Amino acid sequence: MVEIRWHSRAGQGAVTGAKGLGSVVATTGKQVQAYALYGSAKRGAAMNAYNRIDDEPITNQETKMFPDFVFVIDPALAFSDDITKNDKPDTQYIITTHLSKEDLISQIPALQDKADRVHVVDCMQISLDTIGRAMPNTPILGAFMKVSKMYDLDFFLENMKKVLSKFPQKIIDANMEAITRAYNEVK
Amino acid sequence: MAKEFELNEVEVWDGNYAASQALRQAQIDVVAAYPITPSTPIVEGYGSYVANGYVDGEFVMVESEHGAMSGCVGASAAGGRVATATSSQGFALMTEVLYQASGMRLPIVLTVVNRALASPLNVRGDHSDMYLGRDSGWIQIDAFDAQEAYDLALCAFRIGEHLDVRLPVMMHQDGFTTSHKAQNVYPLKDSVAYKFVGEYVPVDDMLDFSRPVTHGAQTEEDWHFEHKAKQHKALMDSRTVIDEVFADFKKLTGREYKRVESYMMEDAEVALVLLGSSVETAVLAAKQLREEEGIKVGIVAPRCFRPFPYDLVREALDVPSLKAVCCMDKSAPGGAMGALFNEVSAAAYSTEARPMMTNYVYGLGGRDFAVDEAKRIMKEQKAHADAGHITTDIQQFSGLRGPKLGFFQTRRD
Repeated sequence: MVEIRWHSRAGQGAVTGAKGLGSVVATTGKQVQAYALYGSAKRGAAMNAYNRIDDEPITNQETKMFPDFVFVIDPALAFSDDITKNDKPDTQYIITTHLSKEDLISQIPALQDKADRVHVVDCMQISLDTIGRAMPNTPILGAFMKVSKMYDLDFFLENMKKVLSKFPQKIIDANMEAITRAYNEVK
Repeated sequence: MAKEFELNEVEVWDGNYAASQALRQAQIDVVAAYPITPSTPIVEGYGSYVANGYVDGEFVMVESEHGAMSGCVGASAAGGRVATATSSQGFALMTEVLYQASGMRLPIVLTVVNRALASPLNVRGDHSDMYLGRDSGWIQIDAFDAQEAYDLALCAFRIGEHLDVRLPVMMHQDGFTTSHKAQNVYPLKDSVAYKFVGEYVPVDDMLDFSRPVTHGAQTEEDWHFEHKAKQHKALMDSRTVIDEVFADFKKLTGREYKRVESYMMEDAEVALVLLGSSVETAVLAAKQLREEEGIKVGIVAPRCFRPFPYDLVREALDVPSLKAVCCMDKSAPGGAMGALFNEVSAAAYSTEARPMMTNYVYGLGGRDFAVDEAKRIMKEQKAHADAGHITTDIQQFSGLRGPKLGFFQTRRD
């Protein structure tokens, strides 16, 4: 079982991102869950989304998880959210930030003994450059493919295209570029 | 002619989308709806299928849930296949008309996304609205996840519209936990799904002008009782039809449903009885506890909440090794033992083993039901079994903050 917790703001596409990842993973015969904790949340409010991935049908309907991966897709939430909540000795962190990894970690005490498990990538800048607005949900998945080695980049891109097929070609292309850049730039 | 909707063999859908796809495939003639969280996407989905030509049906916008169910009653009496969706306060506002629909024997399908009832206001899931429908004369079927929300919505039409049943059916799923959680769902092709549901057969339809009928007539003491008894009999007799429909569905898909699901009960010493998405978490916890500590835990889950499967609950609990059973109610009992506790205890009383029965109230307003908490409750049942008596209060609260709350103790010398 692989468990992922997203830290996001409502409106940044974490639910869409979690469902997109789930859709790609499900095409490979695996079982997935993608869900979020929101409800009356307004745009900009801090929220969590979640993924579970397994070879067997997933019957755990508990909301809380002990994540293998934590995605922080809003730079400020790395400072204000409890991003290390329920973590494990091998939990990997992928954090969107314009800071270097060293600068980021030096400002977040909770990460200081986890430096080897922290990965940084500037999904905000990448999405501004490619998609044209701050939409960090798809690039973080590119970084995740690099860190987790779950799938080859090309395989992931091909399947993600299908997930995004209802969008205009221009938007699909921009997302592919964003995912590729995040894959290459994550440190 | 409605367009075919292209579906993959496996889709990643949440419970709401799964239910809306089932409504589309059943080719509903009329949906009269008023949106409410968390069930909104079901009727929103149907609206978009109508607008995009995937259903030859009509979406009726109304001013309230009372209006929504009234519209459904009218359209169903006129002779159409009718469905809608609601939750919580919307369900409460529909209640008056729910009794009308069942008394008029209209096979409307209501997809309920279970949510807490105010006050305090809360959008998250518990079973307050499902329990509110208990005596309304509807068949109530409970899905534990998104695949089941799809499968059982298709079954709901077959069951309610069956000529030996002709009763409205509620298809329940848990708010957010199921309605907003995407997972692998294996849908049927449009043509296969529609063939399973079948053509709608109108009975005493008001649009048949060659044979005028009256719906919703007044009876006083001369006939009311006979009508209500007949309606109750129809509900009780629907049990065999539900079993038949589930059997047909298994033949078609390989997916098996029973009026009472039971897991690992063959050799169980203790058991939990519960409803909804928590069933899946409890089954996982029971499997783990069996491996970790060798405690023989079983799970019993009434899939069919109404008609209450007294027969099959008794059968599931009639296990010689069974010593302690905990019934878990996800609805505030309002000054009583939980309803599930009361109904399951009545069934357990007529078993040979007569296990000790305890009650937990849990999960109100969407409070998370954790695997570890399920295991703790299972171990507590084991402690009752080992001691030979109930070692705690009979009614307790799971996951509640603040001072421990409990009521009633076993009378012992």
